[in-house]
Amino acid sequence: MIEVKELHVTFGKGTPLENHALRGINLQIPEGQFVTVIGSNGAGKSTFLNSLAGEVMADTGSIAIDDQDVTRWPTNKRSGLVARVFQDPLAGTCESLSIEENMALALKRGQRRGLSRSMKKEYKELFQERLSRLGLGLEKRLGDRMGLLSGGQRQAVSLLMATLQPMKILLLDEHTAALDPKTAAFVLELTRDIIAEQQLTALMVTHSMRQALDVGDRTLMLHEGNIAFDVQGDEREGLDVPDLLALFSRNKGEELSDDSLLLG
Amino acid sequence: MSAIAFFGAIESGLLFGLVAFGVFIAFRVLDFPDLTVDGSFPLGAAVAATLIVSGWNPWVATAMAMVAGCMAGALTAWLNVRLQIMNLLASILTMIALYSINLRIMGKPNVALLGDETVLTPWEELDIAFYLISPILLTLVVLVVYFLLVRFMTSETGLAMRATGVNAKMARANGVHTGRLTIMGVALANGLVGLAGALFAQTQGTADVTMGVGTIVVGLAAVIGGEAIMSTRTIARWLFACLIGAILYRLAIAVALNTDALGLQAQDLNLITAVLVTLAIVMPRMKQLKRSGGAA
Ligand SMILES: Nc1ncnc2c1ncn2[C@@H]1O[C@H](COP(=O)(O)OP(=O)(O)O)[C@@H](O)[C@H]1O
Ligand SMILES: [Mg+2]
Repeated sequence: MIEVKELHVTFGKGTPLENHALRGINLQIPEGQFVTVIGSNGAGKSTFLNSLAGEVMADTGSIAIDDQDVTRWPTNKRSGLVARVFQDPLAGTCESLSIEENMALALKRGQRRGLSRSMKKEYKELFQERLSRLGLGLEKRLGDRMGLLSGGQRQAVSLLMATLQPMKILLLDEHTAALDPKTAAFVLELTRDIIAEQQLTALMVTHSMRQALDVGDRTLMLHEGNIAFDVQGDEREGLDVPDLLALFSRNKGEELSDDSLLLG
Repeated sequence: MSAIAFFGAIESGLLFGLVAFGVFIAFRVLDFPDLTVDGSFPLGAAVAATLIVSGWNPWVATAMAMVAGCMAGALTAWLNVRLQIMNLLASILTMIALYSINLRIMGKPNVALLGDETVLTPWEELDIAFYLISPILLTLVVLVVYFLLVRFMTSETGLAMRATGVNAKMARANGVHTGRLTIMGVALANGLVGLAGALFAQTQGTADVTMGVGTIVVGLAAVIGGEAIMSTRTIARWLFACLIGAILYRLAIAVALNTDALGLQAQDLNLITAVLVTLAIVMPRMKQLKRSGGAA
């Protein structure tokens, strides 16, 4: 269970560029729920994910994971609870390290690191087994540098890396946005499968309203640092993109074009 | 070139191999441009020489020199990580401070090790040509350091350190304490340079407060030169390339100085170094240019 209360984040506090990016977010995500997040460019989606991960610190408010207050914990301390895949395929992996080294690093997420060897035979076998499900032949290229892989291959491997160890929440920040449509569909399918198989609690940002409704159990929209709407269950069943736009204007009293969302 | 000049070049190549390991850790593993090296090299020499002169066991003195180097590196990284001072500037601050500290440690600009017991002394009783003693001992030290470093860099913590330099945000997301590992890595780098300084003082029989000048450039020349001519595919090969780079660099310098036709003298060393480093930086790019059909 993830519990966010009155979360505020301000960038550049006290400077002329002060930016109140998150303005009192309240959200509870029960275990095993798959939440999709939409919102126009600059709405605060990435900032929200970064604050859950610990990359961005909250000004006020609190974040609790399974009743443990983690508000002041830095990223590395939260890593046993939070796993993530970034939007930029370059951001989630180390390009000058090999595929197996990247995976070995992710295998120790949230665990103590000592002086024992980072690579073991049983690790390699595990990596090969996980990679083979991608059907990309990467299981035969464990020693290749990550930088040799395409963006789609890197995102797929990032997803496998993020799910090597258990977590309380998986954060996906537009992780298919930088890919061509066919590769994006492949990575999305993989995401759905893994989340379903491992019954993960997940928060996925997407720029497609259609996708937000098709995937997951619950959809919320961020707007100017706040939750504009939050739908799940029966209410979400059968909703279409125009319904989302209507929902937004009813809650916010503003008009929003489909375009401004798609740009985000 | 005489045998003495040749083995002299090997000896100093091995010593600078240790410096190259340190420079490699800071510049390549952590992506931390660290000039502390110019201060931690004479620091190692100063600590070792001062302790040896006051009767300490030379190996213990050498170990203390390494510890002092580690502390200098840790200070630089701490200034960067905790006080958020830009890495290059932080290292310059430590380097400048070390000049005063080194003078304080020695109490004078130089300390001579005349007749004092050094790590070389037990070897001098063996039936080995005098110009071979240092190269043999240094080869042993460098090999031990090399294997320990390779083992460390392939350990869980070593891998985390490498990830810190390549992609700190990703490393943090995987639970790596990037600040702590940066401090640890820069400390290790300068510990190795301190070790090199301590051994340099003992093979030369003197420690001098000015002897650090240009250490960083020689270390970089070794790393870049090694990378230009050898494979860097695995961390073991990459470190080995740094060592070979250091040895070849000192040999090249010796050849240049010994070729009378060139008319070069010791004071031309800095110029030669600058030319060699420039060549080493340009060479790999020339390879790329050739590969891409000469198109810039
Ligand atoms: N590191 C940062 N420093 C300053 N401002 C930032 C930073 N990250 C995001 N912002 C600002 O915060 C707001 C929300 O950004 P972001 O969370 O990236 O939006 P989204 O992901 O929804 O497009 C934007 O106005 C953005 O410019
Ligand atoms: Mg974003």
